[in-house]
Amino acid sequence: MSLLSRVAERTYWSARYLERAENSARLISVYGNLLLDLPEEAGVGWDTLIDISGNANLYREIYPMPNARSPMRFLVSDTNNPSSIRASLRMVRENIRTTRDIFPSEAWRNVNELYLFSKDSLRGGISDRRRHEVLSRIVAGCQQINGMLAANMSHGPAYQFVRMGRNVERADMTTRVMDVATAALLKGSDELTPYTNTVWMAVLRSLSAYQMYRQYVRRRVVPEDVLAFVLTDEQFPRALRYCLEQLETALRKLPRPEDALRAVARLQRQVDELDFNRLDHSGLHEWIDMVQLELGVTHMAIYRTWFGLESAA
Amino acid sequence: MLAGHLTTADIMKIDWNKYDPGAFYDELIREPGKARQGAAALIRHLAGLEEIQLRERQSDLERAILEMGITFTVYSEGENIDRAWPLDIIPRIIPARQWTRIREGLEQRLTALNLFIDDLYHEQKILADRVVPREIIESSPNFLEPCRGVRPPFGVWANICGTDLIRDSDGTVYVLEDNLRVPSGVSYMLENRVVTKQVFPELFASSEIHSVGDYTSDLFDMLASLSPRPSDYPEVVVLTPGIYNSAYFEHAYLAQGMGVELVEGADLVVRDDDCVYMRTIDGLERVDVIYRRINDTFLDPEAFEPDSVLGVPGLMRAWKAGNVALANAPGAGVADDKVVYAYVPEIIRYYLDQNPILPNVPTYLCSDQKSREHVIAHLDELVVKPANESGGYGMLVGPQATRKARREFAGLIEKNPRNYIGQPLISLSTVPSVVDGGIEPRHVDLRPFILQGERMAVTSGGLTRVAMRKGSFVVNSSQGGGSKDTWIVGRER
Repeated sequence: MSLLSRVAERTYWSARYLERAENSARLISVYGNLLLDLPEEAGVGWDTLIDISGNANLYREIYPMPNARSPMRFLVSDTNNPSSIRASLRMVRENIRTTRDIFPSEAWRNVNELYLFSKDSLRGGISDRRRHEVLSRIVAGCQQINGMLAANMSHGPAYQFVRMGRNVERADMTTRVMDVATAALLKGSDELTPYTNTVWMAVLRSLSAYQMYRQYVRRRVVPEDVLAFVLTDEQFPRALRYCLEQLETALRKLPRPEDALRAVARLQRQVDELDFNRLDHSGLHEWIDMVQLELGVTHMAIYRTWFGLESAA
Repeated sequence: MLAGHLTTADIMKIDWNKYDPGAFYDELIREPGKARQGAAALIRHLAGLEEIQLRERQSDLERAILEMGITFTVYSEGENIDRAWPLDIIPRIIPARQWTRIREGLEQRLTALNLFIDDLYHEQKILADRVVPREIIESSPNFLEPCRGVRPPFGVWANICGTDLIRDSDGTVYVLEDNLRVPSGVSYMLENRVVTKQVFPELFASSEIHSVGDYTSDLFDMLASLSPRPSDYPEVVVLTPGIYNSAYFEHAYLAQGMGVELVEGADLVVRDDDCVYMRTIDGLERVDVIYRRINDTFLDPEAFEPDSVLGVPGLMRAWKAGNVALANAPGAGVADDKVVYAYVPEIIRYYLDQNPILPNVPTYLCSDQKSREHVIAHLDELVVKPANESGGYGMLVGPQATRKARREFAGLIEKNPRNYIGQPLISLSTVPSVVDGGIEPRHVDLRPFILQGERMAVTSGGLTRVAMRKGSFVVNSSQGGGSKDTWIVGRER
């Protein structure tokens, strides 16, 4: 059976949004914990998360006069923010609903359930007290869906689009987190210095990477090691290099992958040539900017090759 | 459930002597306490159940429907709601011998209707011979001028037909409607069987109940037979208006059942070679047959509604060039018109030189002055229907309507007589159904599905729709109707 471009595109986006919802939930949860460990004068607040989400302009537009609850509301429940957890899950649901026939039927049921849960429990933001519980359930719900797809869906072309969506989104998130974290940390704001270790640990946790990092780097947490692990490790599923390799494997199983493969190859070369000894903060920031740009190019290549109506016509 | 919660009614067995369908024909019970031919095993089985067990099975069945996600969409208050499909646990039974005759009648009818449609778009002999008045066809919004001269495969225009049958109190089965445009309901017929089998496995093991499971493969074979390119693997697709259509579930169901793509208009493109292609990740792939579930005038914005975003620009061009088959063919709806309906017995005699096996309900055409006067004078006895609506919309059930509604209808008829027909109220037959207080008779109709391509195929039985409101004759699911599994039992002659 042929895979329609429209169905492939919706499949890809449902995976991206699913990954986005999971990443955001974990990030907010970890960050909430971190804030409890830091004194106010450290100068770290919820705004940092909005920077990571890449939607600072939209935030200022929707909340010209933000209050203490605004950032949380924006990130978890605001339907005007297409990347809020609730909006992301809604997009997962809509995309799967209209391509239901190619997903295992339990997947639709679970997506539907998770969306209804998020709709009920994220309404108007989320209280500090329930934050951890609700976000953990969302992370678990997303993982359950991913696990079910991996186990119950044939790993044919449609599944390759799931893999691609997941890994493009993951690579994007990992690099964003590192960009903002290094901006705050490597620049070395004096107030933050005593907490450097705490903050780097939080960065790792926000990528679910702390435990694996400890097993991999058997010494105390130092910035160079964290960066090396999160960007260049070959085995950790959220490390940039690993995501790119997954992307490459998925691409190779599809017809006419050359364009997208070229973009991925450029990204892989960038990772190979990364030298932490010669990088200061601004160098790293530029490097990450380049990676983000290339990820955009990869996405466009995927779009042009398989989804774009004009290329198909 | 705890024993303490049981009431006397719950532990009582069903007493068929108390079941009384009144003057109506009951499909299962001949007279109080006596089952009809073919229904004895079922009635005995049901009589062995306590009411509470029956209700438990009913709720098992409803749970199965929810879990399987069998839904239909209702548009209400600006929102689309997916509702669980209503299915009553007690099946409707038709003895195979009786069914043989009905099946032959359905085949006869569709054969004649297809000859009629083909004639209308070519020589129009039947109009020249004044068997059907020319003005009826010329004033029909379903007669599509662009279809003239086109020759669909096997000369068949309506490949998929859903015919509504009803049974009067004397047991006569009438044809009420021929649905030749995009009839729906067959997926529910199939799902009803799957669910009912889960609930009554013991009866299926012991009775000769005809299987309905062949439909999707019959449908695929029929569609494949229409392919303009002789090949072992014709590319067949189901074209849906999309998720917001009330029958989307069915579109997805049939596509999945046939293993073909479910496409929307934007997935298809007609190129300069007048062929239809779908946009896939492998590039453009030629499409041979489209089972379209979009109404005629939305099919192609180039040929009909320029604003339609559901259709495919150029589709009519490709169809007329013979490069793609459309099922049903555009323009087939000309025979699905309640005014044309009145002439079907004549149409059968004209083309087949046979007497109709299945009778029509007597029909008064309001375009005829005498008939119109009769209809308006007897509005309190008749059912009045608009010629081109389906789904039970816009009709008047005279005996149950208010005086005011009847007056309003008289005005509507005077204003646009061509658009209305009047028919006597046929007393729909009943089937025992599970209701709050136990088992009561409820009125039903039957929609079998007939396929015609290279060959003909008729479903074993069809979709039985049931009016769940006491005394009501309105069976449409959009208006609170339910459904039943339909069993053809025994050997055909």
